[in-house]
This record gives sequence, structure tokens and C-alpha cells, in this order.
Amino acid sequence: MASVKMPQLGESITEGTIGKWLKQPGDQVKKYEGLVEIITDKVNAEVPAPLAGILKEIKVKEGTTVTVGTEIAVIEESMPATAAPTRPAPTATTEAVPSTPVGEGQGGGATTRLSPAVRALIEEHRITDAELSRIEGSGIGGRISKKDVEDFVAKRAQPATANGEQRQTAASLAATPAATPGTTIPLSPMRRAIATNMLKSKQTIPHAWTVAEVDMTNVVRFRQKAKDSFKLREGIDLTFVPIIVKAVVEGLKAVPVLNASWSEQGVVLHQDINIGVAVSVDDGLIVPVVHQADRMSISGLAKAIDDLAKRARAGKLGIPDVQGGTFTVNNPGTFGTILSYSIIAPPQAGILAMDAIVKRPVVVEGDAIAVRSMMNLCLSFDHRVLDGVSAARFLQGVRRWLEGFSEQVPLY
Amino acid sequence: MALKAAQVEAKGGQSRHQSLGLSDEQALRIYEVMRLARAVDERMWLINRQGRAPFVISCQGQEGAQVGTAAALRPGYDWVAPYYRDAGVVLWFGMTARDQMLSFFARREDPNSGGRQMPGHFGSRKLHIVTGGSPVATQLLHAAGVALASKQRKEDAVTAVYFGEGSTSQGDTHEAMNFAAIHKLAVVFICENNGYAISVPQSRQMAIANVADRAVGYGFPGVVVDGNDVLACYEVARQAVQRARRGEGPTLIEVKTYRFTAHSSDDDDKRYRKAEEVAIWRQKDPIQRYAGYLRDAGTLTDQREAEITHRVTVQVDEATEYAEQAPDPTPDDLATFVYKQEIRG
Amino acid sequence: MAVKTVIEAIREGMDEEMARDESVFLIGEDVGNRGGVFLASDGLYKKYGELRVIDSPLAESCIIGVAIGAAVNGMRPIAEIQFADFIAPAMNQIIQEAARFSYRTAGDFNLPMVIRAPWGGGVHGALYHSQSIEATFGHIPGLKVVAPGTPADAKGLLKAAVRDPDPVLYLEHKRTYRLVKGDVPTGDHVVPIGKADVKREGKDLTMIAYGLMLTYCLEAAEKLAAEGVSAEVLDLRTIKPIDQAAIVATARKTGKVLVVHEDNRFAGIAAEVMAIIMENAFDALDAPVMRLTGPDVPAMPFNHVLEDAFMPNVEKILAKAKELAAY
Repeated sequence: MASVKMPQLGESITEGTIGKWLKQPGDQVKKYEGLVEIITDKVNAEVPAPLAGILKEIKVKEGTTVTVGTEIAVIEESMPATAAPTRPAPTATTEAVPSTPVGEGQGGGATTRLSPAVRALIEEHRITDAELSRIEGSGIGGRISKKDVEDFVAKRAQPATANGEQRQTAASLAATPAATPGTTIPLSPMRRAIATNMLKSKQTIPHAWTVAEVDMTNVVRFRQKAKDSFKLREGIDLTFVPIIVKAVVEGLKAVPVLNASWSEQGVVLHQDINIGVAVSVDDGLIVPVVHQADRMSISGLAKAIDDLAKRARAGKLGIPDVQGGTFTVNNPGTFGTILSYSIIAPPQAGILAMDAIVKRPVVVEGDAIAVRSMMNLCLSFDHRVLDGVSAARFLQGVRRWLEGFSEQVPLY
Repeated sequence: MALKAAQVEAKGGQSRHQSLGLSDEQALRIYEVMRLARAVDERMWLINRQGRAPFVISCQGQEGAQVGTAAALRPGYDWVAPYYRDAGVVLWFGMTARDQMLSFFARREDPNSGGRQMPGHFGSRKLHIVTGGSPVATQLLHAAGVALASKQRKEDAVTAVYFGEGSTSQGDTHEAMNFAAIHKLAVVFICENNGYAISVPQSRQMAIANVADRAVGYGFPGVVVDGNDVLACYEVARQAVQRARRGEGPTLIEVKTYRFTAHSSDDDDKRYRKAEEVAIWRQKDPIQRYAGYLRDAGTLTDQREAEITHRVTVQVDEATEYAEQAPDPTPDDLATFVYKQEIRG
Repeated sequence: MAVKTVIEAIREGMDEEMARDESVFLIGEDVGNRGGVFLASDGLYKKYGELRVIDSPLAESCIIGVAIGAAVNGMRPIAEIQFADFIAPAMNQIIQEAARFSYRTAGDFNLPMVIRAPWGGGVHGALYHSQSIEATFGHIPGLKVVAPGTPADAKGLLKAAVRDPDPVLYLEHKRTYRLVKGDVPTGDHVVPIGKADVKREGKDLTMIAYGLMLTYCLEAAEKLAAEGVSAEVLDLRTIKPIDQAAIVATARKTGKVLVVHEDNRFAGIAAEVMAIIMENAFDALDAPVMRLTGPDVPAMPFNHVLEDAFMPNVEKILAKAKELAAY
């Protein structure tokens, strides 16, 4: 059976009307013999049969208008050998002009390639490098797209700390008293206390400073995997802080001279390891202490630090909470800094700043380049108590512990 | 074939110009405009050869054909689409020596184009002079369009279009004559055949002797006339204009004339024609010829001649001085009038 | 409001303008007695007579040159070139004369004339009944160029073109004549020249198009919506003067732009749009601006396989838009 369709009788014609059927079902039809008269608004024409045979069925009645291409009749071919040549099936639509490959694909590759729109959003929403490194790119090759950033910003704006990132709450940032140029901010008791301590520290302790670069990739990966279940079990976030503190504890065990104090009588090596964890509060800084941190697991440390931080922000710390620290860990990396020179809290011998974790290309084994999550550990130490060598060994210990991190490390 | 215009004879005591319906004043006015055209042109050559202006394109030798035919039209009412050599035509239609010099120096005040076009690219809406560009023969179609509009608005204005014999080789000439003929438009096609299109002689421009012979092919009359006989030019133009006003359609007038100078200041005509030939034609100078006639008719006295000379000289001197000191356009003038109605996106 | 096809809208536009203003007239091949080969002027000859609907000789330079002269002498001609492919003999009159009248006379002259030309492919018109000319003429200062894609815009822009004091090249896509139907406001509906139109709002990417491609882009946008991609479609409507503000605004809004036209790629209108975006919205781009165009071959051939290979269509547009969305 061959299908007869409404033909396109002229340019821009889209439909036609059946004027008059010149043949009836059952009639013999010769090829090119007049089959039907078609009326369009530009041209009226007699349409010839496309093949020879018997008109089997008329599908569209006289006076009916149908679009070009609609089946109007069926003819039973009588001479299969000379059947109307079927048109080759339309080839799959080929690519319209292939756009130069140069333009595309380039955007892929390293997720550090940022489009102008993304850069503008980063600036507008003050997204830190640390935060940026945590945004999953949904574009080609993992590219971070505008949408990815917008989604991130929307999530970040939610008050509940859904992410266990080491981040300052927006609240504490906003709490900083608004500084209006041309006015004088009166000194609060805390500010006076900080001022006194900082001055005393700098006047009495000869500060030396050294930095170690730590590949935190393993820790980052581990934390990514573990944080959700941790949160579920423990009800608190698993941030990087307790992990770092654990590493510091191990480091101090190996290099006890950093867990000490200067005295005219001699360097006093402390028994306990009490780690002060700096917490930013409304109008300053406070350093509650995790006592006997060396006895705690990571999870324990997490709980202790979380509890201290909450109470610190609520203003509910007691005297014992802020006394007896033997070493301090500071976390300026939340603001995106990569190197920090912290001031030692006397009578301690050292303070360690953990700066931002930033994705960087580094040389790895076999002289290959890989993208790794790098973090700087910046150690300020009392040069009366110890020398650079000890400081370096301490950092090395911390670093190795962190770099060697894996699922084998017990959380509990 | 084309008609040859008969010498216009004096009739019954009247001078030749009077029998054509021209008063003495009108006849003298024609003479004065021819003199002015020549004087302005000569001054331009001087200044150009001094290196003070880059371009001259002359009317010298064709003033009779230009002013003679233009005098049959009504300036300000009828329309004219001249070509670049038609200083005589535009001066008759109301342009001044000052306008010419401002255009020559391409000053901001140049009424044709504000200094944007080369000299010889005439245009003034107020004076009914259709603006011309450099591509030749386009103006014939414009003239047909102007005349079509006159017909559509039932006005009896006539449009005269001037062009050289070289332009008749362009397709637009054919299309314009054909269209004007179909619709019997009030167009007077005036071909100033000076024998050369820059250096290309007529024999290389066409196989026929008279451009006017083509008119019959389009269905309207063609007339050949001695372009250096001012009154003969006036007569044929007057007849063509009357035909047009009566709704009888176009006429093709071919004025046979000669260009005394090179095509322009950028051309060296010694390369393609002999000095003797130019000399012969200079003896048929239409200005002298007409002056001779006017003296014979008693219309041009010594005093009048002196007055005319004085007026012409004063106008040319004043125009030169004015234009020399007139300001140029500024860079801020570059981008204006691209559109009549700018739309900022 | 009434639903019309593009050709009906054009016919009505001409009819209304001619009724409104005696100086408006139509000249072109077959426009009179026959009503135009596409019936664009059907009925106008009978209504307005032979002085206002003029069957011209087969001479494009003549059509335009005469229109210019008539415009000089107070008329408002609509000059029809039967197919955009045949406009070449009139190039001299359009580019050297019409486009320059105002500039070369420092504003003394202006030409309130319209040149109408059916353009574009998809009608088996082959090499000489399918061409695009908007880039060639858009390039010329002194001309305005419009290319409506809907019946409402066709009517509104035609009226604006007739009333404009400058020469306007009015490009009517022949495939849209009967294919595209739409609401046309009743009354004196005028669409301003130089204003693009957001035909569909969206936020993930923008498609910029005109003519037939507008219809195809709108279809593609529907399909994109079903896949969760919100596409904005900007109809340029006017090629020159191009609506730079609208282009920049949409580029800033979505950061991802795809320009679509059936004209050849090299130095086509997309190149100009992309340059405008690059110059004015670079900092807001989230992906390189992309374009989908016809190929750089002299014209689309007769055989349907070749014509289909030449023309952008809904599928090709969809694929390219998805590529852009995923960038």
C-alpha cells in the first residue's frame, strides 16, 4: 500500500483543501494521472497520482483542509517493480555548524577556573577560599557554575549549622561593634584584659615563628565521609578543630618542651596537656581550656570543644574553664587566612594557628602534580624555652600525624 | 530619429531672444549667470593650482548648455537633478558664488553637505536641487521618482535631470528612461555630450552618433541641439518643459558641447586629446558667442557689460574671502545626521 | 485582539498606512493586479488605484531609485523587492544613495521610505529564494533594518517603518508568512523600531533570535523547561539600530547566551551581538557566548537533505542550548 500525502504546492504554503477527488475507491489509477484537485490560497492544482495502482481509500473528504504532509489517500500498488521510489529516510539531523571547539571545553578542567559571573558572586557574598574549595562544581569538568555558587549561598544563609565546616557564625561577625569613622569606641573589660595580656606577652616573651605546610587531603576526605554519621550519633558537628587538637596532642607528647613554661629556675615541663582553644566572642577573644586533652579521643575532644565554645559565646564559662592551659590552638583559617602569627599566652611556650584549608596543585610522589587540600600550621614559640629544631620537630610530628590520617584512626 | 533644433531666427523685428519670450532682462540674466559660473570656476582653478584647495571639477565650456536649458525651468517650483559639472544649472536655480566657494573649501557652512562631499556634489531641498553622490546616473532614477510624485500629487512641476554621455552607459539610465516613458512622467532628460567621459571618447562609449537617437526606443522624442548656442538650448528645453507640463511625458535633449578643462584637477587631458582640438572649441566659447549676439541685438551695452563684470568680480572676490575664513567642521560634526531620527539602543 | 498570520498582518499594516496617509504608496513587481506573488498586497490595487499601487518593470535599481526620488518629493514609498535574493542590482541605489542622503547633505534631505523584502529559507527556495541579507545591510550606517517574527510585530513594525523619516529595510521571513499565527492588537498598533522584546522570561540561559528562528527558539525553550532548564528568549525584532540595552540586560541576568540565526556564520549578526555582550557584560558571563548559525556556504540548496543540513531547527537549537546549560 502506498500513502498519498497532501503536497506542498508553493513556497510558504502550510495547508491545503481537498477540492475534488478525480478518482473513487476501486478505480484504476495510472502513474501521473490526475488524482485529486487541491485548493490553497496561492495556487489551485490538479495533483497527479504518484504511482500506478488501485485507489484503495480516500482519507480526507472534499472540502476538508489539512496540513501539508497529512495522508489523504491510499493506493494499492499494482506493479511493485515500478513502485514509486521512496524518498530516502531523512538523515538524522546533522550538527548545525560545529562551533569551534576552542570556545568550549576550556571552561572545564581545574575547578579553580572561575567565570566572571562566579567571581562576582564570590566577592559579593564574601565566600572564602576554604568555602569555595568545598563547593561541588556541576559544570563541565567539575566547573563551578553560577548556579552552584547561588545554591551554596542559599544553603549557607540557613541559620542551623548544617555543615561541620570550621566557620565563624554570621552572628559573631555581625556582633563586632559597628565602627563608625570619626567616633571613639570605649574600652570594654575584655578588651582591656586582652590588651594587657598581649602587651605583656610581647614584652616578655621573645617570639619566634615557623610554618609547616600540611597535606590535609586525607583528613578532608575522611571528614566528608564521616561527618554525617557523626552528627547523627553525637548530635554535634565534626569540625577540623578536634582533629587538629588531637594531632597537636600527639605532637606535644613527642616534643614535650613545647608543653612547658619559662622560669628563671628552669624550663617547667607540665604533666598534663591542657589545650586552650581560642573562641571568638562578641567583643573579643576568649580561650577556654580542654583539660587533659591527651586523655581524650577525637570524639571526646569534639564534644569538649563544642561545649566550651557554646558556653563561651553564651558567656557562661567558669574560672577553671579558662585557667591552666599549657598550649593553645588558634583557628584563624575560618576567615580564609593562610598564614597567621599568633601571640603566645603567657606562661605558655607556644601557640599553634591552623589556617585555611585551600586546594592547591602540589608535587606528589613520582613528580606528578595533583590537587591537594593544603593547610599551613603556624607555630609561634618562646625562643627562651626552645629552639627552631624542636619547633620544627613538633610541627613535623603534627604534620605526619595529619597526613597519615585514615579510617584506621579511631574516632573514639 | 532625433530632431535637430533649427536655428532660432529673429522674427518680425524682434530679437531672437524676444521671439522666444525672453525679456532683455531675462536674456541678460542668463548671460550674467554664465559669466558668474565661469568666473567662480576660474578662481577655483587658481586656488587649486596654488595648493590651497584639493579639488576642482569644471563647468567651463558648458555654461551655455547649462544655463540655457535651466532657464526654461521655474527655480523653487520645478526640480533639478544635476551632475557634478552643473555649476551653471545650480547657480541659475539659486545657489550663490559664496555657496560654491564654501563647498570648494569644504567648510562647515557649505549648504550642499556641510563639507562632507567633494565640490560638485550639489544638493538643496529648499532650492529643489536633488542631492547627488559620486556614482553616476543614479540621479536619472531619482528624477523619475520625483516626477512620479508630482504626478501622484497632481502637481505640474517638471523635473530636469542632467548627465554626461558617459552616464548613458549605466543601467540606471535605461531603467529611468523606460520608467518615465511608461508612466509619461514630467521629466526632461538633458544629456551634456562633451565628447569625453574623462578620457574615453564617445566612440568608445557607444556605437551611435547621437545619444538622443535612443529616445525613440523608449517611446518619447529625442532632440539634438548645439549646446553652445544658448538660445537654441533654451528653445528646446522650453518645448520639452511644456510637453512635460501637458502630461505628454519625457523628452531627451542632447546638447552637443565641449569641456575646456580636464575632467577635474586630478586629470591631465593632454594625455588623451590634442591642444588644437581644445583651441578650436574655445573659439566657439558659448559666453563669447552669446555676448556677441547680445551686443548685436543691442541688449548688451558696454556699460551693462562693465556692470556685469563688476558684479561678478565682486561676488567672486567676496565669496572667496568669506569662504577662506569660514570655519571647518569639527570632529564633533563627524557622526551627526546619519539618520534624520537617531534611535539610541 | 484577533489571530492573524504574518502575511495578513503585513497586508493589513500596508492597507491601514495607505488609508491613513495619502503619501504612502507601494511599488514593486507584481504588487498591483496580482496582489504580490505571496499575496502580500492582495486587494490594495483595487482599493487604492494604479497611482498608489504600481506594477514596476523588472528592474530592482529602478524600483529603489524611483522610490528615492518620490521620497525626495514628499511621498512615503514602500518599495517591494520580490525576494531578498534579488536585491543586488539595487545595491548602488540603497547603499550609495538611500543610506547616504541624510548624511551627505548634513540633514537637509531625508528619505522616509520602506524597502520590503521576503527573506529566509525552509521553503525549498534553493539558492536564490532563501537568502538572508540582514547582516549585509545592517552593516551600512544610514539604513534601519527590522526583522519581525510574529504577526503583531510584523504589523507594528511595518507601521513604524512607514512613519519613520529614514530608509528602513523591512525583512519579512517568507516561511513565517502562513506558518506563524498570533494575536494582533486592534487599533493603531505600532511597535517602535530599535526595541527588542523578551518573548519568554527565564533565568538559566538566554536565546537571542529573530525571524523564523524566534519561533524555533520558543519551541526549544518549551522543551528545555520540561527538562528543568529555564530559558529566556529575546526577540531582537530590530537589527539596526540594535537594542543594546536589552541584549546586555539579558546577558547579565542569565550569564549564558546563545545567539541563533540562519544566515551564514562569518560576520553574521550573532558576531555583533556577541561583541556587544563581551564589551558590556563580560563580568556577568558564566560561559562563553555561543552561536548557532547557518554554515558558510553560498546559500541553502534545493534538495531537502541539503536544506535541512543548512538550516538550524528546533532539535539543533535544543542540543546547543543544553550544551550551554551544562557548561
